Amino acid sequence: MAISMTTLTPENILLSREEVLRYSRHLIMPEVGMAGQKKLKAARVLLIGTGGLGSPTALYLAAAGVGTLGIVDYDIVDLTNLQRQVIHGTKDVGRSKLDSAQDTLADINPHVIIHKYNVPFTSDNALDIIADYDIVIDGTDNFPTRYLVNDACVMAGKYNVYGSIFRFEGQASVFAAPGGPCYRCLFPEPPPPGLVPSCAEGGVLGILPGTIGTIQATEAIKLILGVGDPLIGRMLLYDALAMTWDTIKVKKNPACPVCSEHPTLTHLIDYEQFCGVPAHDHSDFSTAADQRPVLAISVRELKKRLDEGQPVFLLDVREPHEAEISTMGATLIPKDVVRQRLNEIPRDVPVVVHCRTGARSATVVRWLMDEGYSNAVNLAGGINAWAREIDPAILIY
Amino acid sequence: MATIKIPTPLRAYTAGHAVVTVSGTTVAEVLSDLAAQHPGLKQHLFEGGELRSFVNVFIGEDNTRDLQGLVTPVKDGDTLRIIPSIAGG
Repeated sequence: MAISMTTLTPENILLSREEVLRYSRHLIMPEVGMAGQKKLKAARVLLIGTGGLGSPTALYLAAAGVGTLGIVDYDIVDLTNLQRQVIHGTKDVGRSKLDSAQDTLADINPHVIIHKYNVPFTSDNALDIIADYDIVIDGTDNFPTRYLVNDACVMAGKYNVYGSIFRFEGQASVFAAPGGPCYRCLFPEPPPPGLVPSCAEGGVLGILPGTIGTIQATEAIKLILGVGDPLIGRMLLYDALAMTWDTIKVKKNPACPVCSEHPTLTHLIDYEQFCGVPAHDHSDFSTAADQRPVLAISVRELKKRLDEGQPVFLLDVREPHEAEISTMGATLIPKDVVRQRLNEIPRDVPVVVHCRTGARSATVVRWLMDEGYSNAVNLAGGINAWAREIDPAILIY
Repeated sequence: MATIKIPTPLRAYTAGHAVVTVSGTTVAEVLSDLAAQHPGLKQHLFEGGELRSFVNVFIGEDNTRDLQGLVTPVKDGDTLRIIPSIAGG
């Protein structure tokens, strides 16, 4: 499919002697050539997120000579990011991701103009931010922002180059192309809160976003050049364990609320409400599937009780492979089998339930309350809080 | 017999199996056989007898919603897959 982008004005673009040499391996291919390289330099691509997917995408788009990159991210580089977010390094821990990404990109290609947006991407600013770009790269990590990116792209007429990952599985597609389907055509509604864990909860193979992010970068470059067959109306499915690539067809939904001929949704909505989950750490939204409050104790209170010799049944609801990383000596019954093993949990002494950070154990405490346990409490912050505040010999993960 | 590929988020309900062999001549029948083999899956697939709106079942490359939905015929040897919503990035 040939693509025309109204904002591309390659006839006014010049390449310096240094740039011609830099892009030599592009220039000698007829699919790119001088005209294509100028299109790349004229192009403006917006990356939502410089995390796992955004890192490799940004690196390759900058190296390829995309002239203007916008980056939306408000996060700080954290040690747990470095296993996959290859645009950041160990020296960047604690810095803003935008500054870290800018330094790396400027080193790879100083000709790239970088616009930084140090804000959460929200319904209030989305249309203003994307107005200046031709293509949007969805590298976000949550459902509310994915629906927001999609709807904003449809409404503004921008390509949505989509990639998504979980554990060993990845998806990639191009949504909101003229005449093509959008994200909502395939996924009209989000899954119920809690069904699909985030990478922070479920884990992700560090290389996986590299694989999917470079697909996104490839699709963006193809759209800019107007070559090949973009992933419009198709979704790639990647399984890193089976090492298989499959393609499925994605048809435009004639009743799509956003991209059909007669859309019922013509302005951006409250996506946290729509998905029932918060979109980012700065959000004050919280409505998980089951939000009944649970009694919790702090790690210091638990330490005090143990020191005083008070009876406590400590229950660890993590997976066995997590208990191999760190343990407080608790009885291990993973969350998924707790309800089958209630006979192992006493009712006559206080039960303190812990996991890694306190979310899974809160769910288990709610289940125990449903089973008539009035003696169960959650350990706030989980074993990681215990390691931070009480026992520095325990590993934090 | 047909096979259904189970996406990672749902494997917690299939004892970790990535592929399940199922019998039936329609999408509804094979899904109900799948739910019979792995009862924990049922609530994630169906809501009042209907496929939940966030669950996409494909036969080969085609979304069964674009075919005949739950009454789409399933032949011996067909590969079905459930396409999950995932959001990691």
